[in-house]
Amino acid sequence: MCLGIPGRIVAITDETRKLATVDVAGVKREVNIACIIDGRALDDCVGDWVLIHVGFAMSRIDERQAQETLQILTELGEAQQEIAAMRASGRG
Amino acid sequence: MKYVDEFRDPEKAASLVAAITALAGPLAASRGRPLHIMEVCGGHTHTIFRYGISGMLPPEIELVHGPGCPVCVLPMGQVDDCVAIAETPGVILTTFGDAMRVPGSQKSLLQAKAEGTDVRMVYSPLDALALARDNPEREVVFFGLGFETTMPSTALTLLQAEAEAIRNFSLFCNHITIVPTIKAILDSPDLHLDGFLGPGHVSMVIGAAPYGFIAEHYHRPLVVAGFEPLDILHALWLVLTQLAEGRADIENQYGRIVPPDGNAAALDAITRVFELRPFFEWRGLGSIDHSGVRIREAYARFDAERKFALPSLRVADPQSCQCGEVLKGVIKPWQCKVFGTSCTPEAPLGALMVSSEGACAAYYQYGDLEGLRTQHAVGAA
Ligand code: SF4
Repeated sequence: MCLGIPGRIVAITDETRKLATVDVAGVKREVNIACIIDGRALDDCVGDWVLIHVGFAMSRIDERQAQETLQILTELGEAQQEIAAMRASGRG
Repeated sequence: MKYVDEFRDPEKAASLVAAITALAGPLAASRGRPLHIMEVCGGHTHTIFRYGISGMLPPEIELVHGPGCPVCVLPMGQVDDCVAIAETPGVILTTFGDAMRVPGSQKSLLQAKAEGTDVRMVYSPLDALALARDNPEREVVFFGLGFETTMPSTALTLLQAEAEAIRNFSLFCNHITIVPTIKAILDSPDLHLDGFLGPGHVSMVIGAAPYGFIAEHYHRPLVVAGFEPLDILHALWLVLTQLAEGRADIENQYGRIVPPDGNAAALDAITRVFELRPFFEWRGLGSIDHSGVRIREAYARFDAERKFALPSLRVADPQSCQCGEVLKGVIKPWQCKVFGTSCTPEAPLGALMVSSEGACAAYYQYGDLEGLRTQHAVGAA
């Protein structure tokens, strides 16, 4: 209930109730998208990747931020490898 | 699925562990004890056990499992009230699966259901509202619980019920709020915490600002973390980096989901529907000021507390139960006297054994129990 699951909005199904169909790993389900509209037209939400909790899309997944975090982790990994190599060569 | 596998890469995990280990040694040495880092959220506890993260970490780091599983902190008296509502003629009681198994003083909702009471498991509060629409002659009650993560969904469902003028729907509100609880833990004399992993999905709603006092007044770092293994390790590394640099800041590791200011639409729904209670009773932790919310007067007709006569008794936890000490991180789950004997996931005595996000159930399911017991025996000898 607290973990949530990522899915993609594929269609708006009910304008007044702010309901949309999401695709979660091939499974379709209707969810409420009131929290992720962010002032946009409802149709502009189609295609969004969102995190879904108990039938509500609660956050849009920010791809740029995800890439940034992964980039930091890659750099950290490279730095660790260099440190390890320095140690192994006895000059660290 | 989007950004799930990417955050499970074992190579990156290994380098993070190496970086963490390098920082942990000197920090623990300067304190003369291991570092205690609390993961507040039960979702993190679950990831930590599922992926064996404690086992990857050096002995200089001890993870303390916090009280952030809403199912686990539900006191018996609240379950009893819920059973009383369910047993009222004409009622359909709905709730999430985990909540059905929490023991009350007489029975759980699941046991009430087995006795013929109409208790139904739903995936979403919207499913409960749909039941109310389809059964106008019945009163449909949703037993709502959770931190700020699920609060907006309940609030929006209630606003939807109002918009459609649905009269036979009500909410038994047991939502709780995380910030006063972290404060209570920081004020607790038996705990010495060096830093926090902040709850990712609560923060997606409330943002990072409400944690400011932890850095400012208590001088402890908090890093909001995601729920994949690399998220946890990355956040731990950030906490340790702060400690090594002598800083205490609020940082956000989970930027792909958590906006710095939270979610305005969700916060708006919460404030429209709910207000703080003067205090709320937690299983094992006792009463914590302003830690729960209730329905505002304006929405009184959707409030199960006002619609039903509730026994509202305070029921003490069973004597043998040590949930409170586990919740505060004073003892490890397997150190509880009844762990794995009279308290198991099949027959839970305490609520921490109920949900897979509860520390006791997580240990039971994924922990190397024999290893822990032998270690403990050696340590005690
Ligand atoms: S083993 Fe059972 S009784 Fe003991 S702390 Fe865990 S949940 Fe509570």
